[in-house]
Amino acid sequence: MTSAMNIFKKEIQDYFITPIGYIVIGIFLLVTGWFFFTTFFIYSEANLRNFFNLLPMTFSLVIPAITMRLFAEELHSGSYEMLLTLPVRLRDVVIGKFLACTVFVAIMLSPTLIYAISIAFIGHLDPGPVIGGYLGAILLGAAYSAVGVFASSITRNQIVACIVGMVICFGLTLFDKMVFFFPGQIVEVFTYLAAAAHFENISKGIIDTRDLLYFCSVTFVFLYTSNLVMQSRR
Amino acid sequence: MIQVEKLTRFYGTFCAVDGIDLDVRKGEITGLLGPNGAGKTTTLRMLTGYLAPTSGTIRIKDWSIDEHLLQIKKLIGYLPESAPLYHAMLVYDYLDYIAGIRGLDKRRRMERIHELSDLCDLRSIMHKPIGELSKGLRQRVGLAHAMMEDPEILVLDEPTSGLDPNQIAEIRDIIRHFGREKTVILSTHILSEAEATCDRIVIIDKGKIVADGSTEALKKESTAQEKVVVVTLLKADFASASMRFRLLPGVTGVELMESADPDILRLRLTTDSRDNLREMIYSCIKETDWILLELTTEDKSLENIFRELTKEA
Repeated sequence: MTSAMNIFKKEIQDYFITPIGYIVIGIFLLVTGWFFFTTFFIYSEANLRNFFNLLPMTFSLVIPAITMRLFAEELHSGSYEMLLTLPVRLRDVVIGKFLACTVFVAIMLSPTLIYAISIAFIGHLDPGPVIGGYLGAILLGAAYSAVGVFASSITRNQIVACIVGMVICFGLTLFDKMVFFFPGQIVEVFTYLAAAAHFENISKGIIDTRDLLYFCSVTFVFLYTSNLVMQSRR
Repeated sequence: MIQVEKLTRFYGTFCAVDGIDLDVRKGEITGLLGPNGAGKTTTLRMLTGYLAPTSGTIRIKDWSIDEHLLQIKKLIGYLPESAPLYHAMLVYDYLDYIAGIRGLDKRRRMERIHELSDLCDLRSIMHKPIGELSKGLRQRVGLAHAMMEDPEILVLDEPTSGLDPNQIAEIRDIIRHFGREKTVILSTHILSEAEATCDRIVIIDKGKIVADGSTEALKKESTAQEKVVVVTLLKADFASASMRFRLLPGVTGVELMESADPDILRLRLTTDSRDNLREMIYSCIKETDWILLELTTEDKSLENIFRELTKEA
């Protein structure tokens, strides 16, 4: 576990010693801020619903861009060989890199707390959906980070990793909206598999174990698969 | 220290390493020698646990690599070819990161980084990003990386490739210094390098071991069968000299060598290495009015041995 922490620390530092971290955070804040505040004063409702509704989409775009380098870059430069001949377990490498990305997502989200605080000043803000929304955002961020880690582990090309990650993330986001022409029961199954529906539940302030379980299992499945992919490289 | 039995590795249908047996003792500097694509890197990658063998066993210090991979990795310091380090990191940050992963505590970490920066002469570049370093400097950082935990076994893949002669000498010094009490395995395709640094040389070709022994033993084994004598003569012509020498018992071939002066004849005689050969050549020359300028036996260089063993069948 200590080696996972070491890798976590190194990966987090990497985001901030290179410009990637600042660029991604900047773009994320610009896009979410713009979409949120252009309609905010038209509706004049004191909530963050619009902000959270848009989050699965923005995450699908942004998270693959921050995860794409995790393994692909190491495979490309050969430093992966250095890393794996150090006394570390493969799963510690995967966990360390995944945690770094999830924490980065949390850091990226933290400036948006200003939205919540400033809205609380100008109107009556219900704290439930806000707390639920941020919890959901972290869970969603973790699940999409796991997807990104997986996408990065299957290729040595960062652009391919990014695109594969985006495709899977958009799939999870839009899945339930694309199957309206299927019979009712099947749609229900697909809706359960889609991330957006679960995220909506949590961001309403309803914390259901089914939704928590969903995000935990998506995260686990993708991390476990990345571990398998890396193992098969030996 | 390291026991390898019937080690085999396939990449798809291509067999990169084909049933290698190797036993490396403690305190030995072993050189894996072979042409490009012989399977040196693959062998080293399997020894360090980066690749899994298709079949065969590797035991290091009585640990099997399948069951005790983590313990074995702790014993080994490994520097892959061309030292692929994280380019964005500073040298100090990188060494600190490696020390952390290798489980050195805070105080020991500082000490060790100091020791290594002295040993590998990194003091002046500690605060530079690795990506800005020249190849030789990066190689030294890579060596510091490999020696971080004072490993019992040091595995180096082409440690001097692409370096200038001064840098090569520096790296060799570090390796020899380290190899005094520790086990070192290095791969190279440069013969003089293996000759200069290694106690023992293992020549690999097409995934198989074709020769194994100390530098001297390898030379002796090969020179036991053949010896080359170079004769330099004045006032002699090739046709008659060649005819005379060929009549000597034991001489199997006469070859004309280039010489700067047209009056001087240089001949290379291949012989079956009889003891009194030089005497016979001398007395043969004495019967004529040729003047003998030089008579030398040539030791077969390692280069010749290497070329003989690895040439296309």
